[in-house]
Amino acid sequence: MTLSLLARAIRAAGLAIFFAFVAIPLLLHSAYLATVGIFIGIHAIVAVGLGLLMGYAGQVSLGHAAFYGLGAYSSAILTTRLGLSPLPAMVAGTAITAIIALILGTPTLRLHGHYLAMFTLAFGIIIQTIFNQAERLTRGTSGIVGIPPFSIGPLRFDTVPKAYLLVLAVLALSIFAVRNLVNSRPGRALRALHESEVAASVCGVDVPRAKLEVFVLSAILASVAGSLYAHFVNYVSPVPFGFGFSVQLLVMVVVGGAGSVWGPLAGAALFTVLSQFLQKTGERIAFVGTTDTILFGMVLVAVVIFLQKGLVSLPSRLRGEATPAEDSGI
Amino acid sequence: MTLADQLLQYLITGFSVGIVYGLVGLGITIVFNATGIINFAQGEFVMLGGMAAAALAANGAPLWLAVILAVAATTLVALAMERLTIYQLRGASVITLIIATIGASLVLQGGAKLLWGPDAVTFPPFSGDTPIRIGGGGIAPQRLWVMGLATLSVVAVQLFFRFTLTGKAIRACAINRRAARLSGISADRMVRLSFAVSAALAALGGTVLTPVTLMQYAQGTHYTLTGFLASVLGGLGNGLGAVLGGVTIGMIESFSSGFISSGYSKAIALVVALIVLWWRPQGLLGRRQLQ
Amino acid sequence: MKQARNRLLGLARVGSLLLALALVISVTGCPPKEKPSPTATPTPPVTKAKPAPKGEPIEIGAIFSVTGDIGAPLGDPEKKTVELLVEQVNNNGGVLGRPLSVTVKDDKSDSTEARLAAVDLDENKKVVAIIGPSLTPTTMPVKDYCQQKQLPLVSCAAGKVITSPVASYVFAVPQTNTLAADRIFDYVVSQKINKVALIYLDNDFGKDGRDNINAIAKQRGVTLVASESFGAKDTDMTAQLTRIKAKSPQAVLCWATGPGPAIVTANAKTLGINVPIFQSHGVANLKFIEGARDAANGVMLPAGRLIVYQQIPDTDPQKKVLSDFASAYKAKYGADPNTFAGHASDAFWLVVNAIEKAGSTDRVKVRDAIEATKDFVGTAGIFNYSPTDHNGLTKDAFVWVKIVDGKWKLEQ
Repeated sequence: MTLSLLARAIRAAGLAIFFAFVAIPLLLHSAYLATVGIFIGIHAIVAVGLGLLMGYAGQVSLGHAAFYGLGAYSSAILTTRLGLSPLPAMVAGTAITAIIALILGTPTLRLHGHYLAMFTLAFGIIIQTIFNQAERLTRGTSGIVGIPPFSIGPLRFDTVPKAYLLVLAVLALSIFAVRNLVNSRPGRALRALHESEVAASVCGVDVPRAKLEVFVLSAILASVAGSLYAHFVNYVSPVPFGFGFSVQLLVMVVVGGAGSVWGPLAGAALFTVLSQFLQKTGERIAFVGTTDTILFGMVLVAVVIFLQKGLVSLPSRLRGEATPAEDSGI
Repeated sequence: MTLADQLLQYLITGFSVGIVYGLVGLGITIVFNATGIINFAQGEFVMLGGMAAAALAANGAPLWLAVILAVAATTLVALAMERLTIYQLRGASVITLIIATIGASLVLQGGAKLLWGPDAVTFPPFSGDTPIRIGGGGIAPQRLWVMGLATLSVVAVQLFFRFTLTGKAIRACAINRRAARLSGISADRMVRLSFAVSAALAALGGTVLTPVTLMQYAQGTHYTLTGFLASVLGGLGNGLGAVLGGVTIGMIESFSSGFISSGYSKAIALVVALIVLWWRPQGLLGRRQLQ
Repeated sequence: MKQARNRLLGLARVGSLLLALALVISVTGCPPKEKPSPTATPTPPVTKAKPAPKGEPIEIGAIFSVTGDIGAPLGDPEKKTVELLVEQVNNNGGVLGRPLSVTVKDDKSDSTEARLAAVDLDENKKVVAIIGPSLTPTTMPVKDYCQQKQLPLVSCAAGKVITSPVASYVFAVPQTNTLAADRIFDYVVSQKINKVALIYLDNDFGKDGRDNINAIAKQRGVTLVASESFGAKDTDMTAQLTRIKAKSPQAVLCWATGPGPAIVTANAKTLGINVPIFQSHGVANLKFIEGARDAANGVMLPAGRLIVYQQIPDTDPQKKVLSDFASAYKAKYGADPNTFAGHASDAFWLVVNAIEKAGSTDRVKVRDAIEATKDFVGTAGIFNYSPTDHNGLTKDAFVWVKIVDGKWKLEQ
């Protein structure tokens, strides 16, 4: 009885903390906290898409940084070279990414498990190599400078608080969209798919089509996030769009809990907050400064060991029930 | 340099680089067969072997001792890692285990940087630096050691799995864990053993490589990645396939670097690998899986 | 009972494993014994005891790539340098009589982290200026932010885009690839070489070098017969070098940092490439010689005077600064400082001197003082800044160095 109350309290507290966190940077007028929030938000948008792919469609992707990069580079090139304004550039970029995802996603339908992982890993590397090598288009390692801040018509998001609100809005929209998808009929079809593809197809679910749709959707979310990133930092280079970031995304999704819509957001938050926390502690305590990678790795392992179904499952686990969150197995 | 000379050189380079990918892939396969997961810290075992040997050599240990101690130390580290991560997560999902290995790889990287600094290290090659002339080019004698030891390891591992009781026991666990346990095989012990063997393999590779490729604390990731690609290309679960996959990737990289573009060589190798997987989804030597 | 015993056994097993591990680590973890230096370490300079600094500390920020595979060999010594120099300054009366406080942030060779670090330093520490970052891709997002916020930035990265076009609040201290390439081609032309091959690292440093070399080669009438690249994590460059050898160049240029150039040099020797090999100033680091071993002998490069400071004549204006820095660094860290440590030192003193000269911590005044700096003797060279030149160095910042018997030798 007390445990269930505790669990409910934790859930309520979680929501309260969430809203508090969201509001704090604005209340404190802290550009630093808002910047942290912006990066969490941008990462979360990608993570939510990836979580959808992994938790519901049961597909793993080790190359999602590529779609993030495609969004960033499209926005960068279209706004700096062709003078397009940010919103149409983002739409065009997302369309381009979606088409590429469609092309890349089709072969993945035949692959499973580790083969799928390898395929996504490979195209992630290939796309990053193209960013690096296609210098006439992407300016290679020098990167593209002077990307304007995001704007919708006369509304310019050129200060940190405005950019923060923009990212929050897009994140909210993404979560809303994904939530609706998950609870709708196609969404239920997806969940059935994840449990057993054979059973799902017997029930009339068009398995390949459903998987492809989810794949493309997750790529679209990543692309949108990438565009936001480009407009916020005003600079893109191939470096952030590689395997390292794909792995970070994976960690965010799994640690947060792939089977829920909020899980990846929690994962993104934990990841960034932990890394910043270790940095700041490292400034004060020299020992932490030299060992922060080690500590980060240890915390990661600990979280995974103690919260096997992700952070978001914590309230349910305290209640002692079988977690509703899906197992995000490959 | 004549065209024939060039071709020969690309062949040699491709093989010597590829066999290393294959060796790491083999290690990944061994752990995969026993646990069903991809050990993302496999590359770190290579790195640790090389850097520990370099540190020991710099402290005055004779080379043969440095190599043996480095391999032993890395194996111990792998066992500790297994105990603290994999063992704790018995029954967890595959992806969770993989994340745990990622966490472990971070710890190992951080530890290496702490102990040995951010720069690349090296130590003297086993039999000197004088290149062996072949055609219009040449090969470093240490590379011959790499190729030789890698090939020997592959053969030894194959023999181990096919003909020894322990080897067969590990394979039994991979095929059907429950049945294996019912036959009296301790799955946990087999997992530990597989970690130990794959770590020793990786560390040995790392020590032989370091005199020619140097070793830096962050280099593990590269080995993990290529090892994973090699093992999937070869057919996940098939050790010989992993080696074949590795050599294939190495060859394609080498030849495309020589004839097409060095910048795109890695991407080209990957595209070819993807095409192979498209045509043959179970990998080069894998068996077609029943749906 | 049996359960308890098993548990105990299990614990004992783990315990003994960890003990063995600890033993192994303590043996392998010993840092390699440093080779004794050829000259006696000069005694540290004696200064009149200055009154201890007091009052509110002056805050400076630093962003370095202390971790991250590309950045760590740069950021780690840069961090050490700054920590050393802060101590020195505070033992000598501080800055404007006040203690100096430097907050060093690790950007992990990641642009996002670098940007976050800049915002944090600006907002939470209210720093007067920022030193770093270590790399060009990490500098760019910080550059934009600092220029917007009118916060002086002195970068330790060598990319041309950092100071060209000039942004009023952004400066840099390393010698650029343009100067280095210029110096190399002076030698190339003087030896009547007109066919060279290039192999470069596939990152910002390497590609910037390539672009500079393309331009200068065309200017001087030298043909580039081959232009090959390799990745940061590549461990064998024989394929690229085979292609180069087939084109019969009269010299090979390598433009990279990290372990790559050592591997390139060794591979070149294995292949039997006998023509002269030139490296960039990115290898001005003992690790290069250690890595390439025998093959390093004969390699030539333009380098800042820091790596051959013991061979620099006493009459050279940089001599005192170099040996003071080198001996202080060696005394504290047990090894000679490398070029990157030197960049951090130059950036540090540039900022500190500017604060002293401006007599205030006002960012605008400090920026003006930095820009007005003339004849500043640093480790990389003698700096002269101006509104159109935010890098401050000329070709004379380099000396020509050849590796002989595993050591750097200053050539005339």
